[in-house]
Formats: sequence, C-alpha cells, structure tokens
Amino acid sequence: MGNRARTAHVEFRGISKSYDGRTLVVKNLDLSIRTGEFVTFLGPSGSGKTTILMMLAGFQSPTAGEILLDGRPIQDLPARKRGIGMVFQNYALFPHMTVGANLAFPLEVRNVGAEERTELVDRVLRLVRLEGFADRRPSQLSGGQQQRVAIARALVFEPELVLMDEPLGALDRSLRDEMQYEIRRIHRTLDVTVVYVTHDQQEAMVMSDRIAVLREGIVEQIAVPEGLYEEPERAFVARFIGESNLLKGRVTAVLDEVCEVETGGEKVHALKVVACETGDPVTLSIRPERVAINSVPGRYKNEVSATVEDLTFLGDQLRVRLTACGRSDFIVTIPNIVGHSPLLRGDSVRIGWTALDCRALNHERS
Amino acid sequence: MAGSLRVSARLHRRAQLRAFGLVAPLLIFVGLTFVTPLATMLVRSVYDPVVADALPETQMLLKDWDGEEGLPSEAVYAAVAKELKRAGAERTLGQVASRINRVQGGLRSALARTERALRDVEQGPWRETMGAIDPIWADPATWHAIQATGERFTSRHYLNALDLQRLPSGAVVAQPQERRIYLRLFWRTIIVSSIITLLCLALGYPIALLIARSPPHRANLLLILVLVPFWTSLLVRTTAWIVLLQTQGVLNDLLVVLGLINDDGRLAMVYNMTGTIVAMTHVLLPFMVLPLYSVMRGIPSVHMKAAASLGAKPLQAFLRVYWPQSLPGVGAGALLVFILAIGYYITPALVGGSDGQLISNMIAYHMQTSLNWGLAAALGGVLLVGVLVLYAVYDRLVGVERMGLG
Ligand SMILES: Nc1ncnc2c1ncn2[C@@H]1O[C@H](COP(=O)(O)OP(=O)(O)OP(=O)(O)O)[C@@H](O)[C@H]1O
Ligand SMILES: [Mg+2]
Repeated sequence: MGNRARTAHVEFRGISKSYDGRTLVVKNLDLSIRTGEFVTFLGPSGSGKTTILMMLAGFQSPTAGEILLDGRPIQDLPARKRGIGMVFQNYALFPHMTVGANLAFPLEVRNVGAEERTELVDRVLRLVRLEGFADRRPSQLSGGQQQRVAIARALVFEPELVLMDEPLGALDRSLRDEMQYEIRRIHRTLDVTVVYVTHDQQEAMVMSDRIAVLREGIVEQIAVPEGLYEEPERAFVARFIGESNLLKGRVTAVLDEVCEVETGGEKVHALKVVACETGDPVTLSIRPERVAINSVPGRYKNEVSATVEDLTFLGDQLRVRLTACGRSDFIVTIPNIVGHSPLLRGDSVRIGWTALDCRALNHERS
Repeated sequence: MAGSLRVSARLHRRAQLRAFGLVAPLLIFVGLTFVTPLATMLVRSVYDPVVADALPETQMLLKDWDGEEGLPSEAVYAAVAKELKRAGAERTLGQVASRINRVQGGLRSALARTERALRDVEQGPWRETMGAIDPIWADPATWHAIQATGERFTSRHYLNALDLQRLPSGAVVAQPQERRIYLRLFWRTIIVSSIITLLCLALGYPIALLIARSPPHRANLLLILVLVPFWTSLLVRTTAWIVLLQTQGVLNDLLVVLGLINDDGRLAMVYNMTGTIVAMTHVLLPFMVLPLYSVMRGIPSVHMKAAASLGAKPLQAFLRVYWPQSLPGVGAGALLVFILAIGYYITPALVGGSDGQLISNMIAYHMQTSLNWGLAAALGGVLLVGVLVLYAVYDRLVGVERMGLG
C-alpha cells in the first residue's frame, strides 16, 4: 500500500447538519479517512451516524462545512455520480428482481456490456460465497444470504468507497459474528475504503482499523480499537467501550502526568487525561480486570479496602461485586486461572490498581 | 393420542362453525340482495314462457310446419284464433303481442285488432276469416315470429344483444346494417372505459405517489382530500360538472374572458362524450388512488435511494425499481376503475347527451322504457361475461393474489 495508504480518501471538514434549523444532529465533524481504511462510526441510537453516511452518500446535504472525496468537494455531485457503494440497514434489495438482476442493475445503468456484466456478477457472487444463487428471488434467501447479496451489490461496480449502515442489525448473534469476519475478509481482499456504522461495540472492534465514537453528533474520540479500550479519553468512551468502573471525584493535587483525586472518602492516584486543576470534578475510569484483590500490600499505588457483595461465575472469569470507594457496584473480574484464592460473600478484602490503570476523565453530569 | 386428536378435530369444527356464524348474516344478505336478483335476471335472458303459456296448442301444431311450404294448415289457424281469444279474455294478450312484435314489427296492433274482430266469430273457416281481418295472417313471417317467441328457452335475446338474428331457416346471421346498435355500443363502452382508466391512472399515480411519500400526518390529510368527493352526492358532483362545462358555463366563460376562444366559438364540453369522460374520470379517480396508495405504502422509500447509489438516473430508478413494484396497485386500480366504468349509468345519463351514452344506459332503457327485460338481461349477461374474461386474463397475466387492494 505504501504511499496510497497515506492519502486522504474522504475528508469531512467542519461538517454540521441540522434537519429543523434549530438542533444540530452533527456538530462540526472533522475527520480524514485514508484510502483502504475501514473506519467505523460507533454510537448509540440517534447520535447522527446515519446522517453522516447520508451526507457522504449524497442523500442529505450538510448545513455547514464540506466533504472532500479524493481531495475534491462533492456537495454539487448527485448521489448517483459519486460512485459510492452503499449497503442499507434493511438490505434494500429489489424484491421483483432475482439476485442476479439485483447485482446486474448497477452495471446495466452504467451501460456495461452483457459479457462483462455476467463476469462481474459471477465474480462478486463468488466473493460473497453465493455461487448458484443468481436465479433466486431475495425473498427466497435467508437473512444472512440477503445481507451478502446487499454487500455484493454495493461492490459489484467496483467502487473505491463503500458505506455500510448497520448492515448486520437485523441478524441474530451467531450470524452476525460470522458476517463480521466475512466483511473483514472482503475488505482485505478488495482493499476498498469502508465507512461503517454500528451501535454494537464488538462489531466495531472486530472489523475496524479506526473507530469514531459518536455522541449526540460529536465525535468523542477516534482511535484504533485497542486505543479506545486502553486509553479512553472521555468518560462516555470508557463507559461505551467495554466495561468500566466510573467513579466521580474531585482533584486534590496535580503532579505532572498524575493527579490525586478524592472519591468516596478515598484518595487515589490517577493518570491525568483531562486537563484539570485542584478542585475540579473528574470521572475516574478503572477497568474491572485491572484491579487486583488481596495482592501483596504495597505493590499498587492505589490500595483501598472493600467488602465482597456478590460473586458471579462466568466460566472464563469470576465477576466480583464489591463495596469500595463509597460505592456498592465496584466490579472486579478475575480470570479463571487455577489457584486464585477463594472468596466468600461478606469477606473484607484489599483491592489495588496502578495509577496508569486509573484514568482521570472529564466530569460527566448524569 | 387418538383421543386428543379427536378433541382437536372437534375444536376445529367448532371454530369453523363460529366463523360461519359470523359471516352468515352477510351471506344471507348478499344472497337475497345480490345473487338472487342477478340469477333471476340471467334466467330471464334465456327463459321467457309468456307466449308458450298463452299459445300452447298453436305452438304444438306449428312444430309440424316447416315454413317452406307456405302458410300453416287450417288447424293452426283454428288453434291460434281460440288461444288469442282466451288471451284477450285473460288480459295477457298485451304481453304476448309485445313479445311477438319485437321479432316482427307492426304485429302488436294487428294482433289486438284480430282479437277484437274475432270476439264475435264462433265458426271457421279461420284462415279466410283472419286473412280478411288483417293481411298479416297471409304472411309466413307472422308465423315465424309466433314460432320464434313460442320457445320457452331462447337464445333470441343474446343474439339480439350481439346484433345477430336467427333466420327462419335456423341460420344465425348478422342483423341488417341499420339494426346493429349494441356491438357498437359495447365497443364504445370499452373504449371510453379504457380512456377513463388511463386518465385515472395518469392523474391518480402521481397523487398516490405523493401521499405514499408523505409523513403520516400529511398522508392522512391528503387521503381525506381524496375521499372528500365520497361525502357529496354523486348527483351533486355530476351536476357541478354541468355547471362548469356547459356552453354558458364557468370554464367557457373563463376561456372567453382570457380571449382563448371567442364568444360564438364556445366549446361543447358537456352532453357529449367529453362530458362523460371528464365527469366519470372525476368520479372514479379515488378507486384508482386507493389501491395504488396501499401498494406504494409498502414500497420502502430506501429503494429509490439504493437505486441512486447504484448509479441509476431518477427516471431509470423509477422505471426499473419503483414502477414494477407498484404494478399490483396499477392492476388493481385499473381493473377496479375499468369494471366500474363499463357498468356506469348515472353519470353518462346526466352529462352524456346522445353520443355519450354507454351500454348501461341502453340496459336501463330496456328495463324502464321498452320493458324488454329479456334483452336488458342479455346485455347485462354479455357485460358480466366480459368482466369475467377480463378478470381471467388479469389473473393469467398478473395473478389475482398479487392484486393490491388493501
Ligand atoms: N430526515 C430527518 N428529518 C428530521 N430529523 C431527522 C431525520 N433523520 C434523522 N433525524 C434526527 O437526527 C438525529 C440523528 O439521526 P440519525 O438517523 O443520524 O441517528 P443514528 O445514529 O443513525 O441512529 P440509529 O442508530 O437509531 O439509526 C435523530 O435525533 C433523528 O431524530
Ligand atoms: Mg441509523
């Protein structure tokens, strides 16, 4: 890929969108997507994901800002001329056409010759592993097969950019898992740029090169999947991606990278992620698997006493609910490795974690 | 196992009974008010016992007369004289005479005259006596007419309805040119109905599209507007068209004022075919819009977006993606409007003038004015067969189960 990977394929510059002229559903979006990249917009319902895709596809126009495709502004380009493949949430397969006709449609409207058409349709059917289904009607396919056809149709005319709006939303869990890997495989095979939308964080983690976490029209953080999990920069991201103990507190001291925060009567040291000064309210994020129970005293920077409230055995891990730092829903998970000390409900324990695993994030009202 | 099967069968039967109980009132109503009259009319189109009942002996004796060798025998004359007298006494002569008269014009008054003259005659020779009363009795055509109307079961009305006639020899031939009316009228009805159907489609499709694409509250309002015409009497609406379209009407006045036509060049837009077409299109439009709307509502709007994202121009997207999916609604609406149009009566009667009349107006004429119910029933029967054929064709081409009526 080399050079190609570094050029911006899609660029959002200061994009805002309002449907009613009052509320902005997308606020000042700045984002650059590289050629060949798989970028996912991840956010809860109503956060503006579809709106962003629709602006990119050409079905909505931005209220402010501009979108560049290969460096050229596209606001005056109608959807059909953008050459973007789009997979819609409910497939949007044409029910009166066979699978083959659905796939041939984008080629026919582009006046591709019959022979080449057959060849391209065959190739894309092979790509989504649906050889031999060309003569079926969409209604004669299972949900997963319909989804494959929808993806194939968005790819058959060989677009360089493919948009997918919650393409797996209507599938059940196991089929969804399978399709996630399938989409990832297709992306790697074709080396197209994919802009994907979902509200399912696992889905986003499995497939994406980068994930943009969206909340009420604002990109909270954009990072590689590991980055979002390991280094959330916003409390919302910490809560939305994976599980996190979020403790509200107040800064009592600041030293370089680290700050001291008082929360629920305990003083803990945390990594200073948000810009803060003494007295500011912050939210602490601590991942449940980064907390140790009854380890050697003095090993961790932060050590507090806690009481075991509840134990849940989840097979691969033990989930412990504790009262700590003034809260009764402090969660700690322990991987199921032979030899960990047996805990009982009501036990008094010490729990500890490092300052690096405790991130001081923005204060969240809720 | 077997026990539980039996129980479930009994439950099933009970459910069926209950379902039947629920529709029974409707079935009885439809039976009494629709099926029975329809069946009676259809029977009437092929069964007419009046002449056969009044002149039984005559009919019997006429069977031996083959019509080739001149007039029937004296016995036939004697029989007809006796039976005419009886019919006169029983006051059925009028009905008999009018039926015979339909086959052979001018016989009604001759038969009445003969009966009056024969009242005092007790003895033959009948052939001479009757020949003296009226020359018709020396004409074989009279006897053919009596013979023809004497069949209880007759194809006469259907032949008539199709501009055909049966010669005395039994051969079926076309009516003479000047007596052919009905086929032309059927054709005109079909053509006018087709034009109305196409107009309704052309006007109704965009409306239905607009309603189907509107957000729910606006769609409701628009649907109510489409249905508003149903809130006013058909008569009022049709009369309103007269007000608008007549020579001194609003539209003509407007055109004159605008200088598009001059005062003595006013257009004749009503009391002719134009009036019929305009008014009927207006009356039948909702029957096109509603099935169209109900089908279009089921077409996801995202399909047009999908087509655009795949590179289709708006017209291409419409023709290849939207239109085919709306076809069940087009079929249902067109079938509904067409069938309503070929049987429509009031509007053409009011605004059709003389050249805007359709077959149903002719049926009404035979029901109410000429009192030839047999012919009216036969014309209706032909219409019914036409509709059924149309339905079968539609079923073959599109499939009735795909018809989107709601
Ligand atoms: N056509 C529209 N007209 C007016 N408001 C709209 C329109 N489409 C979306 N909105 C509003 O914009 C906001 C964002 O909608 P959008 O569809 O982009 O959300 P989303 O993130 O895709 O949500 P979901 O996960 O539920 O699909 C919502 O508050 C929604 O009500
Ligand atoms: Mg959405």
